[in-house]
Amino acid sequence: MIPELGKHAGTVLSAYAISLILLAGIIVLSLVQAKRAKRRLAAAEARRTHG
Amino acid sequence: MSIWEYANPVKFIATSDRVLPWITALAAVALCGGLIWGFFFTPDDYRQGSTVKIFYLHVPAAMMAINAWAMMLVASLVWIVRRHHVSALAAKAAAPVGVTFTLIALVTGAIWGQPMWGTWWEWDPRLTSFLILFLFYLGYMALWAAIEDPDTAADLTSVLCLVGSVFAILSRYAVNFWNQGLHQGASLSMDAEENVADVFWYPALVTIAGFVLLFVALVLVRTQTEIRKRRLHAIEMRERMGR
Repeated sequence: MIPELGKHAGTVLSAYAISLILLAGIIVLSLVQAKRAKRRLAAAEARRTHG
Repeated sequence: MSIWEYANPVKFIATSDRVLPWITALAAVALCGGLIWGFFFTPDDYRQGSTVKIFYLHVPAAMMAINAWAMMLVASLVWIVRRHHVSALAAKAAAPVGVTFTLIALVTGAIWGQPMWGTWWEWDPRLTSFLILFLFYLGYMALWAAIEDPDTAADLTSVLCLVGSVFAILSRYAVNFWNQGLHQGASLSMDAEENVADVFWYPALVTIAGFVLLFVALVLVRTQTEIRKRRLHAIEMRERMGR
């Protein structure tokens, strides 16, 4: 499945692995922060309405 | 209808909620499609061998590192001139995405440089200006985090963004300005004579589109988050004063 990368296999694969980890990291971090902010704001607005 | 309507946080969130699923889907298709095409279905370069596959990560990431700063510059100028909070928050939201792209460009460049140039790092004009751009990103985010008053933070970070733009421009044109160092000039050009071969060019174009769309999607999500955090901060301040 993986193409023949020859003597540079380690170089190419490590570049892809690090980049994909960094991309996944910023995506996950953004989604987690978005979810947390949404939940906290909803709770604060509910407090304001009912309290 | 004016573009300034989107400076209204409610309108911004409603509109971005509508477009986000489409942009996210397109980003996923372009990014995965471009990387799979580039990694699995392109030949090795006759000089660089299989390391040419790093091109599909390094070039789009480097382009977006500079373009993200350009977007932050425009948003910062809008804040300075028109005092729209959403633009200041959009600039703040873009910085972590920009620093991620910059880091990818630096790391993949070092990994690629080792077998091609025989060194991980060289203090040549483009690499050095790119490293300074990375440090500007870190400084920009640190400044936002260090100042409690959001308007003061927006003012000071906007000035920092203007100063950092010099290094964003240098990162892009360092090779042309100094004409020295290890790094080559632009790999992609509108001039077919100067461009890389089509077999590398087409998957690169798709991957670049993926990086651009991913950037837009992430900035929209993060700007929404910043707007909500600002609103939450205002509510909590009012609650504290009411006690």
